[in-house]
Amino acid sequence: MNNIILSIKNLTVKYGTTVALKNISMEIAQNRITALIGPSGCGKSTLLRSLNRMNDLIEGASVSGQVLYRGEDIYAPSVDPVAVRLQIGMVFQKPNPFPKSIFENVAFGPKINGYRGDLGSLVKQSLQGAGLWEEVKDRLHDNAYALSGGQQQRLCIARALALQPEVLLLDEPCSALDPIATLRIEELIQELKEQLTIVIVTHNMQQASRIADYTAFFLSGELVEYGETEKVFTAPVDKRTEDYITGRFG
Amino acid sequence: MMAGNSNARSWSERIIEVLLAAAVSVSILTTIGIVVSLVGETTGFFREVSLVEFFTAKEWTPLFTPAHYGIAPLVAGTFLVTVIAIAVAAPLGIASAIYLSEYASVKVRRVIKPILEILVGIPTVVYGYFALTFITPIIRHILPDTDVFNALSAGIVMGIMLIPMISSLSEDAMTAVPRSLREAAYALSATKLEVALKVVIPAAISGIVASFILAFSRAIGETMIVTLAAGGTPNLTINPLESIQTMTAFIVQIILGEAPFGSIEYQSVFAVAFVLFLLTLSLNIIGHWIVRRYREVY
Ligand SMILES: Nc1ncnc2c1ncn2[C@@H]1O[C@H](COP(=O)(O)OP(=O)(O)OP(=O)(O)O)[C@@H](O)[C@H]1O
Ligand SMILES: [Mg+2]
Repeated sequence: MNNIILSIKNLTVKYGTTVALKNISMEIAQNRITALIGPSGCGKSTLLRSLNRMNDLIEGASVSGQVLYRGEDIYAPSVDPVAVRLQIGMVFQKPNPFPKSIFENVAFGPKINGYRGDLGSLVKQSLQGAGLWEEVKDRLHDNAYALSGGQQQRLCIARALALQPEVLLLDEPCSALDPIATLRIEELIQELKEQLTIVIVTHNMQQASRIADYTAFFLSGELVEYGETEKVFTAPVDKRTEDYITGRFG
Repeated sequence: MMAGNSNARSWSERIIEVLLAAAVSVSILTTIGIVVSLVGETTGFFREVSLVEFFTAKEWTPLFTPAHYGIAPLVAGTFLVTVIAIAVAAPLGIASAIYLSEYASVKVRRVIKPILEILVGIPTVVYGYFALTFITPIIRHILPDTDVFNALSAGIVMGIMLIPMISSLSEDAMTAVPRSLREAAYALSATKLEVALKVVIPAAISGIVASFILAFSRAIGETMIVTLAAGGTPNLTINPLESIQTMTAFIVQIILGEAPFGSIEYQSVFAVAFVLFLLTLSLNIIGHWIVRRYREVY
């Protein structure tokens, strides 16, 4: 693997007494796309949310183990989760723009984090980065809810990009979108990997094999197999991985 | 057999429907009855007193000679108390709603919400006594020139009374803001306070404003606290330390004073009540309009 940006060590996550992730250890490569796959409920979202401490917001969730971001444990007592999320951004399954204008949606993060540069050009640059600029440049002050689902999801990506994060976590970003919108986002993700590191949860095997450099397969909270996508899909080591990717799995 | 059964069923359905409709009509008919009697006595009043005098004269002295019938002092007194009440209730109500919806854990909320609901159940006469025997002495201790009966004390206590109402309606509006919007903001490195102030409140603003307006409307119609603590002297002032009289307190005074039926004093009560009715009606209409106009679609 190339440079390691995130290193997960013996991570266990519980919701109350339910164990959602069991002793996970894995490393995430910088400027690469890592896909998390596995059946529903296996803990993919939980892992993703552990990487920027979004699980802190769930009452009853508890985390043990370490997540090292550039060598520093983001769960160390001295670390402010708000600062972690500045570096590690997130896009959710369902597009969730704010009920504000397109411009205000993108400007939200920079504004609350005291951005001092030219907001207008940052917004433009972020929308360009998300491949949405051409479609919305004449209606930046319209409500974001007037956009289509696929446009809203790209707006959410632009919004995350505006903070210029190092890592972008995507939780099934295409599951609410049609095939064309999905393809656009996939292209976009591949362009983005030049600038940042991407971890993406997906239920779509083709999607994982199309875009991911590395793929991790989870089952009931355990990491079953992790490696280069090509290898995981063509020559899986574990029988359970093979069953899953060939669709012989429940 | 089956046919007979379903026939009996449809009959009982019919009867229930009629009973339910009757229950609705009780309140509608009562409202119509109130309006009709108000309009009747009010027109009687305006045969004696001109509309111009009613709306422009600066004195309200129906029990003295010469009697003046300018409603301005009563309206001013009402608004003075109401504005003080809202100034107390709005910030505290919002703060408590933010706390309950954004900060409190499930456990804490389970304890606090019933307590707030108990506050709603306290009879207003108790609040009135509280104003007169507890708040007023404190105010007079700090500001000795304050009248025993004054708008400030009544306004503060009325504000306290309104906190649970604003808090609970605003909290409903805030908890209706989807979790996904909060998560979006947290993921953009927002703090808890930023999420509350920049995402939740803007998204819930229509419900919050509506809660203010409904509280305003409740404050205008509130009677017991002002009767006990704000005084009985119609007074065109904006000084909260003076004794004033609100529209409602005037109505109580005349009704209890056994004004002769059909006399002009008696009818003036209806004219005042009619103005009160129009004020609260329009506030309620505005409140509902705001809720509908600015309803957020998530
Ligand atoms: N907020 C929560 N409270 C309690 N349990 C939870 C919570 N979120 C997830 N879980 C449980 O943790 C386990 C892992 O859930 P998670 O959402 O990570 O799965 P997932 O792999 O993302 O599934 P999906 O593909 O359906 O999104 C599941 O058993 C789930 O029921
Ligand atoms: Mg999930």
